[in-house]
Amino acid sequence: MSLRSPLSEARGLGSAKDGVGHWWMQRLSALALIPLALWFVFSIARYHVADYPTMLAWIHAPLVAIVLVLFFLAAFYHSALGVQVVIEDYVGNEAVKIGGIALVKLAHFALAAASIYAVLKIAFGAP
Amino acid sequence: MADNTTAPKSAQIAARPLSPFMLGPYYKFQLTSVLSFAHRISGLALSFGTVLIAIWVLSAANGAWSYAQFAYVARSIPGEVLLFAWSWALLYHLCNGIRHLVWDSGFAFEIKNVYLGGYLVVALSLVLTAAVWAVAFAI
Repeated sequence: MSLRSPLSEARGLGSAKDGVGHWWMQRLSALALIPLALWFVFSIARYHVADYPTMLAWIHAPLVAIVLVLFFLAAFYHSALGVQVVIEDYVGNEAVKIGGIALVKLAHFALAAASIYAVLKIAFGAP
Repeated sequence: MADNTTAPKSAQIAARPLSPFMLGPYYKFQLTSVLSFAHRISGLALSFGTVLIAIWVLSAANGAWSYAQFAYVARSIPGEVLLFAWSWALLYHLCNGIRHLVWDSGFAFEIKNVYLGGYLVVALSLVLTAAVWAVAFAI
C-alpha cells in the first residue's frame, strides 16, 4: 500500500518537487570533475608562474581549450548545485531562500559564460 | 511572591559552560563529523574560488596588461598561500567526494570502513597536494 496520493504518484517527483534530478546531476557532474579537476589543479600549479605568451599558447592549444570549457561547465554547474543545498539547509526564511538560490544560480551562470567566453576568445584568436 | 532560593544566581548562570565552550573539554570530536563539515566548508570555499578562476582566465583574454595585474597579485605571498590552500581544498573535496560516491553506490557503511575511508581521504588529499606541487615544479 502506498501512502502517496494518485497525483504525486503521477508526477513522481516526491516532496522535493524536482524528483532525483538535482541529486543525480550533482553525482554526474562530480564524476566528470574527478579527471577534469585533477587536470585543472595540476595545470594551475604548473602554469601559474608562466609568463603571458606561455599562458596564452597553453590555452590556445585546441585540446586544452576544449578541456577547459568542459571543466568550467562541470565545475560551475556542480558549484551551483552545491551552494543551493547549503542555502536550502541553513536559510529558514522562504523569501530569502528563494532569492538566495536565484542569485546563486544567476551568478554561477554569468561566471561560467564569462569564463568560457574568455577561453574561446583566446582559442579562436591569433596564436 | 516568595523568594525562590533554589533558582541559580545570574553569576552562576554566566559561569556555566555554554555550547561553544563545551567543544574543547566536554565534547569529543569524531573524525566522521569533522570530515563532513570539512567537505561542506571546502565546497563552499571552492565555489568562492571560482570567482578568482574566472578573473584569471578573463584577465588572460583581456591582454598583457590585465594579465600582469592579475599575476602581480597571484604571485604575492598571500596569493601563493591562497593558491596552495585552494589546491588542498580542491583535492580534499575531490577525495571525500569519491568517498561519498562509494556510499551512494551502497558500499562501506560499516563504522570500521567509514573511519578507514576517512583516514584514507585525509592522507590521500595531503599526498596528492604534495605530489601536484612537486611534479609541477619538477617539470
